[in-house]
This record gives sequence, C-alpha cells and structure tokens, in this order.
Amino acid sequence: MPGKGLIVRQRSLIAITAALAAGALTLTACGSRDENGGGSDTSGGTTVVIGVDAPLTGDLSAMGLGIKNSADLAAKTANEEKYVEGISFEIEALDDQGQPSAGQQNATKFVADDDVLGVVGPLNSSVGESMQKVFDDAKLVQVSPANTGPGLTQGPKWQTEKVRTYKSYFRTATTDAIQGPFAAQYIYNKAKKTKVFVIDDKKTYGAGLAATFTDEFKKLGGDVVGTEHIDPDTKDFSAVATKVKNSGADVVYYGGEYPQAGPLSKQIKASGAKIPLIGGDGIYDPTFIELAGNDGTGDLATSVGAPVEDLPSAKDFVADYKAAGYKEEYSAYGGYSYDSAWAIIEAVKKVVEDNDGKLPDDAREQVTAAMQNVSFDGVTGKVSFDEFGDTTNKQLTVYSVKNGEWAPVESGTYTG
Amino acid sequence: MNELPQQLVNGLLLGSMYGLVAIGYTMVYGIVQLINFAHGEIFMVGGFGALTIYLYVLPDGTSMVIALPLMILGGIIAAVLVAIGAERFAYRPLRGAPRLAPLITAIGLSLALQQAVWAWYPDARSAVTFPHIDGGPFEIGSVTIQTGDLFLIVAAPVSMAILAYFVMKTRTGRGMQATAQDPDTAKLMGINTDRIIVVAFALGAAFAAVGAVAYGLKYGEVQFRMGFILGLKAFTAAVLGGIGNIYGAMLGGLVLGVAEALSTAYISDIPGMDQFGSQSWANVWAFVLLILVLLFRPQGLLGERVADRA
Repeated sequence: MPGKGLIVRQRSLIAITAALAAGALTLTACGSRDENGGGSDTSGGTTVVIGVDAPLTGDLSAMGLGIKNSADLAAKTANEEKYVEGISFEIEALDDQGQPSAGQQNATKFVADDDVLGVVGPLNSSVGESMQKVFDDAKLVQVSPANTGPGLTQGPKWQTEKVRTYKSYFRTATTDAIQGPFAAQYIYNKAKKTKVFVIDDKKTYGAGLAATFTDEFKKLGGDVVGTEHIDPDTKDFSAVATKVKNSGADVVYYGGEYPQAGPLSKQIKASGAKIPLIGGDGIYDPTFIELAGNDGTGDLATSVGAPVEDLPSAKDFVADYKAAGYKEEYSAYGGYSYDSAWAIIEAVKKVVEDNDGKLPDDAREQVTAAMQNVSFDGVTGKVSFDEFGDTTNKQLTVYSVKNGEWAPVESGTYTG
Repeated sequence: MNELPQQLVNGLLLGSMYGLVAIGYTMVYGIVQLINFAHGEIFMVGGFGALTIYLYVLPDGTSMVIALPLMILGGIIAAVLVAIGAERFAYRPLRGAPRLAPLITAIGLSLALQQAVWAWYPDARSAVTFPHIDGGPFEIGSVTIQTGDLFLIVAAPVSMAILAYFVMKTRTGRGMQATAQDPDTAKLMGINTDRIIVVAFALGAAFAAVGAVAYGLKYGEVQFRMGFILGLKAFTAAVLGGIGNIYGAMLGGLVLGVAEALSTAYISDIPGMDQFGSQSWANVWAFVLLILVLLFRPQGLLGERVADRA
C-alpha cells in the first residue's frame, strides 16, 4: 500500500502539471522553421539579401507563403533583368508563426546578417510592433505589405497627434484608420444596414479595425446593437452566435483574421441569424470561404487597393507568378509584397548608383534614407511613401463571396 | 427572446466533446498516475484518421450514412495505434522512472505528433475541410440544433454507456478497476497489468477519436493544432470532475462547457462587469470555477472513485 507521502507527492505533481499547462497555453504554435528561402542566382558581383518575415506555418500560412513567394519573384525578376548593375538579390525567409516573440527573434537574426539590406514583412500588425525598434536601431529598412495598424507609422496617439516613431518602417498597405471607416460607409450608405454587431479578437489588428469601424458607423447614424471579443484560440463560437442572433442585428462586423472569421460566420448562420459578416483584409482569403462553408455566400470583406487581377499593371505579375510555378497562391498580399520587395530593390539601386556602382559601407542607413523618396509604378499602382512611411495609394475595394469566390463589388478611394 | 435554453445546449454540446476527450486523461491517470499530455494530439490524429478514410479510401460522393461509421472506425484505428505506440515506446520504458520524466516525455510527444501531421499529412499546414452532414437545422422550441451536433448528442451518451458497461461488467474492465486500486496486489491476483495499461490507453484514444469526428462535423475543419487547446480544456474537465473517475470526466466536461457558454452570454449583463463578459474571458471564468471547486473539493466533483488509493 502506498503511504500518505505518495498522495501528497501526487497532489504536488498535479500542481506542477497545472503550472506547466498554464505556461504551455501562452506558447501556442510550435511550427518548425522553414529556412528554405529563395535560392536565387548568385553569380557575379555582390549579393544583397532581402529578408522576408511572415507566418510560413500555422493558421495564417496561406497569406504568409504568398508574401514569401511574391517577394522571391521580385528578387528573381530583378536578377534576370540585371536591374541593379553588379548586384544580385536573394531572399531569406523566416517564419514568425504570427507571434510577436518569434518576429522579434527573426528581426534580430536579420540585423545580425550584414548582407540583409531590407526586410519585407511582417503580416501581422502585432508582430510589426515587436520588430520596429530592432530594425530602427540597426537602421535596417522594413517594408510591410500587410500591416494595417495605424499606430505603426503614426505613433500610439495617431487619432489626435500623428508622430512618426520609427524612420525605418514603411508599408505598402493602407491602414485601418481608412479601412474601418470605408467598410462603415459601404454598409450604411450602399448596403443600407443600420444595426451592427461588432466582434473582434483583441489583437492589434482586429481591435483597431473594429474601433475605427464603430466610430464611423455611429457617426453615420448607425446603431451598434452589441459588441463581443472572441478568444482566437478556440473554434467554438456558438455562445457568441446565439448572442448575435438575439441582438436583432442585420450585419456583423468582425475585426480579425480568417481562421476565426470562417468558423464564426458559419456558426452565426447556423444559429439562425442569416445576416452577412463583413471584415477587413484579414479575412480576404480563399481559406475563409472554405471554412465558412456554403452559408458564407454574401459575406463581405474590404481589402487594400484594387483587385490585383483587374489592374493592368498587375497582368505581368499574375502571369509571372504562374510561370514561376509556386505551389501556393499569391493570396491577399501578393501584389503588395512584390511592390515592397521592389521598393527595397529601387532603394538599393539608387544607393548603388550614387556610389559609383558599389555598395557603400553604411548601406543600410543610405537605403533607409533612399526609401523615403522611392517612387515607381508597381503591381498595385503607383508606389511611394508619405512623411509617416505610409503608402500614398489610398484605394480600397469591397469584395463579396459569390459562387465560392471573392468577387469585387466596388472600388473606391477613401477621402475621410 | 429567452436565450438560456440555446446557451445551455451550446454549453452541453461543447462540454460533451470535452468529456469524450477527458475520459482518456482520467483513465490513464487512474491506472498509471501519468498525465498523458499527448492525449490532445491523439485526439487530433483521430480526426485526421477519419478524414483520411473520407478523402482517400472511400469513393467520391459516398453518402455520409455509409461514410460516417467507416470514418469513426478509421479515426479510432489511427488514434488507438498511435496511443498504443506511445505507450509501448515512450511511456513503458519510463515506468520505473521519476514521475517528471514521463510527463516531459508526454509534452515532447505532443509536439512531435503535431509536427509529424504538419509535415507529412497532405495540405495539413493550415486547416483542412472536414465533410459535413447535409440537412437541418432542427428547431425545438427556441433551440436550434445543427446536423453536426446531432452526432455529438448521440455519440456522447452512447460512448459513456459503453464505457460504463465495459468497466463494470467485463473481466478486463474489472481488471482495470483492480489495477487502479492497487497495481501490485492486482498483479499478484493474476491480472496482466501491462495489458490493462495498454487497454486504458487504447480506450481513451478510441473515445478521443469519436470526439474528434464530432469536432470535425461541428466545426467543419480539422487542423494539426486542434488538440492543443482542446486537450488542455479536457484535462481541466478531468481535474474538475475528479481525475481518475470516468463519470467525473464527463461531468467535468459538461460543467466546463456550460460555464463557458453561460459566462459568455450573461456576465456582461451584470452591471459593471461589461468588459469581463466577452468570450475572450470565458476561459478566465472557467478557471475561476475550477479553483472554487478545488478549494472546497480538492478531489474534484466526483472524487477519485476509480483510483481511490488512500
């Protein structure tokens, strides 16, 4: 018979286990790292590495891999065209799993590699926040194709006084300060919905989007009949769906990303509330439609820029991407990632040309400075940056799920 | 409209799933005092096993009436094989080792299984769509029930009844009870305890696989990380109900599920509690409940009936 001591030991074992479990809860994704970057042609001259940071594994990998491939395509195109004399570009992609902590580690890794003169990424605004200071301290330029949190460029108090905190941070995506209100105007003025239920996932991106949307919607005269914050780690939103149904809302706004938005939409419709869900660019992905199922038809998303397929400037990109034979789709941010990588290439070109065809010793600093004045016709239209590092391209598009695809409904420029 | 019946059903459905997975934690703990942290991943493997049958074994367009039993069977086989393999190669060599060694092994195994599915199952790097049952929803009064939920409503009690019968009436089941009470004496009485332990792992895995099929039908997807959070919740349910007790596991699951649903629905209506009521706080309230229960009943709701070692 085991004695009393054994029982006490077992109890403390449960305590240790519980502590471990709690610790593990905060660790979530544990995907392995995909070190396999571009592997481009390195013959002749100096090699400049463009870092890519995106979630290459896990829930958001569909978007992340699109970013990586598109940046890779930009580097390969520059090498083929010998766009910068004597310089060949190479991509090094690191996986951040959508986690700020992993993103910061990757940032440190890029900074330590002297060949890295610019970084494309990340996807998530919260990851962007964790990387900015690391890059800024090293004067290493970062161009995000997808961060939409306004605070990243315009400082934490962006609503009242705009201050640029990090000179090395640029982005080709428009911000939530524009995207949220754009969605509100569409819903209220065009779709004629007046009662909204607002849900977000409490992350930088989702909560920011929901807040700017709510402000504008109220200003227009709409009614917010309920708010809810979901736990992005779970898939059971039935309790929330029941609340939505009983609130009498005629539309749901979701600030967050497609891994949760898909099941959320499905469960809201399943609860008996046949109302559309609208979200930002974070749900504008084919995976959303897959997860939302048949009932997802009629759901809406706003996304930055005009539909890549429709832009004459993007024809080459779409064709080249296909020809390059990447396994994954270019996804929502493909065009922006290509443009982000190309902006870095343009900045490097300027620096090299000003220095008699060689890279200067303080290349990073000069590339960052050159980025401010970069201007070219990219995949998504004219690419240039304002005094905060934000894109000057303020175009947005509303998409809707039709026949299992995202179909553009309306493009417009938000003027405020 | 009164929201309570629907929220109760939401909670009970979620809770049944927790309960099905919690059985595996509690049985293994009852017999070898090991908290098998890889159990959440065995649940996940069960889901992928069922999906494999649907995607790669059955011809396209097979009716769900025929497909579902085969999928459950496939899920059970996959989960049981992994569980037996884990027991044989990871846990058995450590049976005499200090308790922390198998615990750490379990966590390592959990990561390994996640990564194995991530790396080798086709398209498993993001969520994979799970087939659904056509028809529905069904309205009973103010309560809406989906076809995917129907499976859970039937499967959870049936599984529980099978388990109770097995443990109470069969020779092996009584052997399990004896081993849980005192492994050494059980061995002296001629019970093959090694075999009993394997059976405990296999049974837990089988119920987890049924839970995984329910998960797939309910949420329409399976993915390599689905067992992580759900496993932790199920472990919580097992502790809440009284770890070592199979009825406690089911009860703990139901209580946990209902607590999550009700806290999401009603806490925000309490004046001044508005910001603590959203779903992102449901976990907090669930754990508050766990702490309260453990304060007053440290052995959990139903005590340690099976593994009464005092």
